[in-house]
Amino acid sequence: MIGGVFIYNHKGEVLISRVYRDDIGRNAVDAFRVNVIHARQQSRFPVVNIARTSFFYTKRSNIWLCAVAKQNINAAMVFEFLNKMIEIMQSYFGKISEENVKNNFVLIYELLDEILDFGYPQNSDTGVLKSFITQQGVRPVTREEQTNVTSAVTGQIGWRREGIKYRRNELFLDVIESVNLLMSQQGQVLSTHVAGRIVMKSYLSGMPECKFGINDKITVENRTKNQLESTNSNNNSTTNGSTYPSSTTAKTAIAIDDCQFHQCVKLSKFESEHSISFIPPDGEFELMRYRTTKDISLPFRVIPLVREIGRTKMEVKIVVKSNFKPTLIGQKIEIRIPTPPNTCDVQLLCMKGKAKHKSSENAIVWKMKRMGGMKESQLSAEIELLPNDKKKWNRPPISMNFEVPFAPSGFKVRYLKVFEHKLNYSDSDTIKWVRYIGKSGLYETRC
Amino acid sequence: MSEFEGKKGEIYELKAELNSDKRERKKEALKKVIASMTVGKDVSQLFPDVINCMQIDNLELKKLVYLYLMNYAKTQPEMAILAVNTFAKDCNDPNPLIRALAVRTMGCIRVDKITEHLCEPLRKCLKDEDPYVRKTAAVCVAKLFDINQQLVFDQGFLDMLKDLLSDSNPMVVANAVAALSEISEQSPQTKIFDLNGPTINKLLTALNECSEWGQVFILDAISNYSPKDDKDAQSICERITPRLAHANSAVVLSSVKVLMKFLELLDQQSEFVQNLYRKLSPPLVTLLSAEPEIQYVALRNINLIVQKRSDILKNEMKVFFVKYNDPIYVKLEKLDIMIRLTNATNIAQVLAELKEYATEVDVDFVRKSVRAIGRCAIKVEQAAERCVSTLIDLIQTKVNYVVQEAIVVIKDIFRKYPNKYESIIATLCENLDSLDEPEARASMIWIVGEYAERIDNADELLEGFLDGFKDENTQVQLQLLTGIVKLFLKKPTETQELVTRVLTLVTQETDNPDLRDRGYIYWRLLSTDPKAAKEVVLAEKPLISEETDLLEPTLLDELICHIGSLASVYHKPPNTFVEGRFIMKKNLPLRSRSYGEQENNTGHTTTMQTNQQPQQVVISGNVGSLIDDFDILSSMPMPSSNPMDTYEQSQNRTASAVPNLLDDELSSILGLDSNLGGNQTPMMNTNTSLPNNNRQTTSIGNELEDLFGDFNLQTGGAGISFSGNNVFVPPKEVWLSAAKGKGLEVSGTFVRRSNQIVMEMDFTNKALQPMNDLALQINRNSFGLTPAQPLQVTSPLFPNQTVPTQLILNTTGPIMRMDPLTNLQVAIKNNIDIFYFNCIVPIHVYFAQDGEMDKMTFVQTWQEIPEGNEVKHQLQNVNNLSIDDLQNKLRLNNIHTITRTAIEQKEMLYQTIKLTNGIFILVELRITPGNRTISFSLKTKLERKFPAAQGAIRCVRYNIDGNYCLTSGSDRTIKLWKPDGSLAIKTYTGHSQEVLDVHSSFDNSRLCSGGVDKRVLYIDVMTGKIMKKYQAHAGRVQAVRFNEEATIIFSASIDGTVKIWDVKSREYDPIQVLDDAKDSVTSLSLGNHELLTTSLDQRVRIYDIRYGKLFEDYIGHNLTYINLSHDQQCFLVGTLSSQIMLFDKVNGKLLQTFVDYTNNTYMIENAFSNDDQFVYSGSENGRLICWNLLTAKQISAIEHEPDNKKAVSTLTHHPKEDKLLTAQEGTIYIWKKKDETEEKEEEIKESFINKKPINVPQFVSGGFE
Repeated sequence: MIGGVFIYNHKGEVLISRVYRDDIGRNAVDAFRVNVIHARQQSRFPVVNIARTSFFYTKRSNIWLCAVAKQNINAAMVFEFLNKMIEIMQSYFGKISEENVKNNFVLIYELLDEILDFGYPQNSDTGVLKSFITQQGVRPVTREEQTNVTSAVTGQIGWRREGIKYRRNELFLDVIESVNLLMSQQGQVLSTHVAGRIVMKSYLSGMPECKFGINDKITVENRTKNQLESTNSNNNSTTNGSTYPSSTTAKTAIAIDDCQFHQCVKLSKFESEHSISFIPPDGEFELMRYRTTKDISLPFRVIPLVREIGRTKMEVKIVVKSNFKPTLIGQKIEIRIPTPPNTCDVQLLCMKGKAKHKSSENAIVWKMKRMGGMKESQLSAEIELLPNDKKKWNRPPISMNFEVPFAPSGFKVRYLKVFEHKLNYSDSDTIKWVRYIGKSGLYETRC
Repeated sequence: MSEFEGKKGEIYELKAELNSDKRERKKEALKKVIASMTVGKDVSQLFPDVINCMQIDNLELKKLVYLYLMNYAKTQPEMAILAVNTFAKDCNDPNPLIRALAVRTMGCIRVDKITEHLCEPLRKCLKDEDPYVRKTAAVCVAKLFDINQQLVFDQGFLDMLKDLLSDSNPMVVANAVAALSEISEQSPQTKIFDLNGPTINKLLTALNECSEWGQVFILDAISNYSPKDDKDAQSICERITPRLAHANSAVVLSSVKVLMKFLELLDQQSEFVQNLYRKLSPPLVTLLSAEPEIQYVALRNINLIVQKRSDILKNEMKVFFVKYNDPIYVKLEKLDIMIRLTNATNIAQVLAELKEYATEVDVDFVRKSVRAIGRCAIKVEQAAERCVSTLIDLIQTKVNYVVQEAIVVIKDIFRKYPNKYESIIATLCENLDSLDEPEARASMIWIVGEYAERIDNADELLEGFLDGFKDENTQVQLQLLTGIVKLFLKKPTETQELVTRVLTLVTQETDNPDLRDRGYIYWRLLSTDPKAAKEVVLAEKPLISEETDLLEPTLLDELICHIGSLASVYHKPPNTFVEGRFIMKKNLPLRSRSYGEQENNTGHTTTMQTNQQPQQVVISGNVGSLIDDFDILSSMPMPSSNPMDTYEQSQNRTASAVPNLLDDELSSILGLDSNLGGNQTPMMNTNTSLPNNNRQTTSIGNELEDLFGDFNLQTGGAGISFSGNNVFVPPKEVWLSAAKGKGLEVSGTFVRRSNQIVMEMDFTNKALQPMNDLALQINRNSFGLTPAQPLQVTSPLFPNQTVPTQLILNTTGPIMRMDPLTNLQVAIKNNIDIFYFNCIVPIHVYFAQDGEMDKMTFVQTWQEIPEGNEVKHQLQNVNNLSIDDLQNKLRLNNIHTITRTAIEQKEMLYQTIKLTNGIFILVELRITPGNRTISFSLKTKLERKFPAAQGAIRCVRYNIDGNYCLTSGSDRTIKLWKPDGSLAIKTYTGHSQEVLDVHSSFDNSRLCSGGVDKRVLYIDVMTGKIMKKYQAHAGRVQAVRFNEEATIIFSASIDGTVKIWDVKSREYDPIQVLDDAKDSVTSLSLGNHELLTTSLDQRVRIYDIRYGKLFEDYIGHNLTYINLSHDQQCFLVGTLSSQIMLFDKVNGKLLQTFVDYTNNTYMIENAFSNDDQFVYSGSENGRLICWNLLTAKQISAIEHEPDNKKAVSTLTHHPKEDKLLTAQEGTIYIWKKKDETEEKEEEIKESFINKKPINVPQFVSGGFE
């Protein structure tokens, strides 16, 4: 298992070093510094084996996180753990920076002690950890509370503690979809998929059991069999959100290629009955992730026209078309058009928004605050180049960022029901908010 | 000095603070201590002061102290003892967190003395009431084991740990599993963690409830379990599959590991396994959207999975396309997987991507992409050419590393496809100077040496390399040596000097023993036996495998057991990177076979037996082939019968062309007349086909002279053997070479045994791995050969083993005309791949036993067949052989003598042969005693029509110049013919249902077609590629036409519209839709500036394109076909009321009505003759009707087939000559006008003389409306 965890700053100075196993010596810390951080040639793999010791590392801003092991351990688990650790640290003290790490090193040690025991990852749920590892020194005093903590750490429901109480039972659902697209120059879709996340913020009392319904094809088919539920679910309190897209997509069900759930979801129940039921952690968490590849409505299309005129001039024309209902508005639109490194001057002309050439990033950045559906906008640029004998510039793809108020995959929340048997509140007492956000993932058009 | 003091001062300060009374100050001081510790400062002096802080009941403070303790206990064991008491006390603390903390820390203090004191508290904590303490204690056992194994055994902690497996808390179970797994891994001999059914059950239950990490521990443990049987394995798989939806990639990968392992135990064909395959792929794809590091781990594992079971991800090619921002390690790995998934169907896509990658920036990545293109070429034969041309393009870029990489892969391509792409050698040679890497240089030298005879200046090139010989890499030196020796063997005269130079260099001036030895060997070979040298140096190269970088199968299996772990990331077994400890080698479970006796045996003997089994097979196989050998030996022909053999062989050959009767080329040479009225269409007979001993040749008979010439050469052919009853058996020939068959070599022959056609084959395994699951299929062929039984080959077939087999064939299978007729297409499948090859069936195996004919019938038939149908030939070189012997020999081969006479001192033999498909061949043999020649003549007539077509032809169309014709049919294909040679040139596919109309462009480069599937296709004639597919019609497309420039396609559909498509545009929407018709549009015709359509709304519509006007003519009948006259003044419309009407286009006047034929249901087409004098139409009673245009008098109505009343619906007139093509059912007929000058009606009636049916083969039955 994991033999040790080190955190370095960008200079290679060690900020945190926690060794769990005897087989990891002090020299391992230096080995990584010498062979990876200070290596003349940048290491090309995220796992390196130096003198029969394996180093798993990842970099956040300029902080290196590294896990060391001498055994044949589960590599996927190590990386998952490193990511989890980053997540925990972020939720404790925000951005991972040298300063933050230095300031919180006691806390980090304490956390490392708790989430890794002898190199075995232990309960790493932020919510639970926060209940007994605190910076302020406020600790559970009563016995009862102590046992609550331990049962939370080890229990079946490791992600929620007992006895939570809210005056107002409220929950927020965010369906956040990122659309990934790779389009060829000719406008042919090479690959596209939607990676969706359902983020839930729950402020519910007690141990509520939730049931979640989506318009997944299989689920819908299952549902038509037992019509019973459909009548119940029409309590329209779910749709308070102003941004709820009434009918962006007409289809009723979508085909989800694959989905993953937060550990609170009962997977066996999903497998057998295709119903998503769970007891939510308190506060914010990611309930579900899914991926779809079929019938994705691409919100924007970029049509590039790049012409090289001689050796020192280039003409770029970009047309952006929005492809959704005219009543909706896309926001935070940013198109990044790469330019050759030997660009010396750029003349820009755009119909809408602001465009700027950023020579440090070798790109023209064209920003539009908002753009309605079924609209079209255009940018043309003349790029002057310095004569350059070096090899041909290979054109990186044009990338795009945006945010739209609907789910491009056609995903819809059908219902979310809350049952709490011990406390006296019912499904209709909870206030529910649903929001759909379509974002760009890697949204690229080759040019 | 000052620094030292400063440090001391600092420590002094800390000491003071640690001993202060205030808790906050203490804590701050401790923090400082820990901070110093982290950066590596020695703070061990503070040990006692820190220990003192332990007493305080403050969790946070305690944690810090413990952290310090863990770090320094080892260095100061005596002091550490002081802490023991506190630990013991803490272990009894009411706060479970403190209890757990104590246990956790104790285990981390590796001091023997402390360890002893650990046991009691640990025991207590293992039974603690709080699960948090128990789960910590479980891990502590593992810690203790790491320090002192014996202690753990002695104290019985292991049993306690095992008890924890049944704990109610899943987290405790998970940690216990983790601890046990590690312990059992470290001392496997103890068998401490034996997984059995009940344990697995407990684990599976805990799996559903514990944390993500716990699930990983449990899944990894389950993967070490070997299920009792396939049911056990299946039920575990069922319970694990839900885990694939977990958000944690480690859980997913560990589940995949278990599933992949247990899959081995399951019946691969079962539905469950297929389902599992389907479920496995999406989660793996999802992993590719995780963080790059996790992606990397996933990709490395997918690489393994794809090698083991390529089916799982075979449809997911696109997800492995490289994204611009992927880290380089992800890119490289994706590329690797892409190649593994490449196959013929997705090669185009992959190649386009690879081309894109080859222009990227990263050198490594570009190199790998270039190499990948080469690997594609080797893997997918169909794409080899495209790959090579891509590589050549890349070489033209002159980017140094690209060129070098390309040359290395081109060398491999040369090895895979020898003598195919040498044309590019010149391009390669141009880049000789830029090569600086040893591998590229060596490859180039290899190419030059290998193809020395085709490179004019090969000697100069190699000499150039030789100049800097000493500085070269060994690899290059060796290659250069071999290359020059090859060159010498190929061009001995000019290169003597060069070879001496290199040999001297190598043998006298080099230190490398390899090089020197090889030099000596060559030298000796060359000086003693140049011939042997040639055999050695220029020997045939061993096969190059298409998967050059596959992992070795046993290693792959081992790595599959390590999915998710480091071993799977490194692609190395754990012992290569893990230190010291004894590591159990994991391997995939074996699926137990249901051999009765084996089931009772233990695992050990099972493996023994499976090892033995194949050996028995080997022996029996050898025995079989021995017997076969004897059989052949015993029946070797007597020397005296030799000439007879040759004769007979010739006889066979002569006959082999018999079914080729329909070849009209031949008939025109022979000047054969066909008899229109008679019910026996005499067909000419014979030509000769070449023997098939050495090469596969065609039997197209238009070059009789050549054939006979060849024939004479072949009469002396050797190596003919007879089996038992003197039936002629051609020697076995290699049908499938090992090079093509990936190591499988098939040789065989055909023989007629006890009235059955038997295919005798030898299967030889020249590969390195055993082959099994051999199966054989035969494509449709001229005589309907089909296997009567499945192929019986005792499998597996071991390397270097040859197994003979016999396969009885029936002649009841589907029939398709082959070219040559005796050609047979065979497919052989084994566990590696499917292979296709052609072989020639010797015609004599088709001679049926019951070929004897009544004498009278014979005479009658003989006389009926005209002289023109006779082929005469003389055989030279014939020994004296009594005529009786001759007769007997021939009878054995089913050539029956009917009668024998002597005329003018010549012996005449009259004989018959009957083919399995019922065709009789009559033979006359003339033997002059004393003379060594036998002359013979052959005649036949067709008794039964050659049944070929199984589908109907919907349309025939001449192309623009009339040299070719197109047909489309209900088999969903379009075929291109050369009608005068009845030669099918190409078949176009793409329609999913019947094709109703087809038209070719003015330059013959494109086709358009429409069909029942509502599609309009735009097809490239040369490649058959579908350029455009238009799918906007709502109903079947009845007619399609190009405009004159072939830029636009008009299509008429049953949906009542004519749609106009611009083929040059990128849009897939019609540029115009003419929806004036109220009912189905049945046909369309194009004039210079007009478009004419007919519709079932009984109207003809004329669209004038210049003015944009529409003229509508109401006709009053349902209209089916329209044809514009050549002068564009009139048009002819076919109606469903059995009349064809001729209208004046300008004023719409009815000029003429043609009647006396039947047309009530089908869409019968009509045509004008080229001079607009005659009107032709098909008819529903199977006739071709011709009218005089002016008089409307019916000139002729010719039946296609005497007894066939099936409708003739389609016809096309030759654009220049007086020829017509019609089709009835599946046969195409060509009609030619006899003499244009003759005006008399009676004679015109006979004017169509050359009625020649062309058989249209390859109709797929079923699958359409």
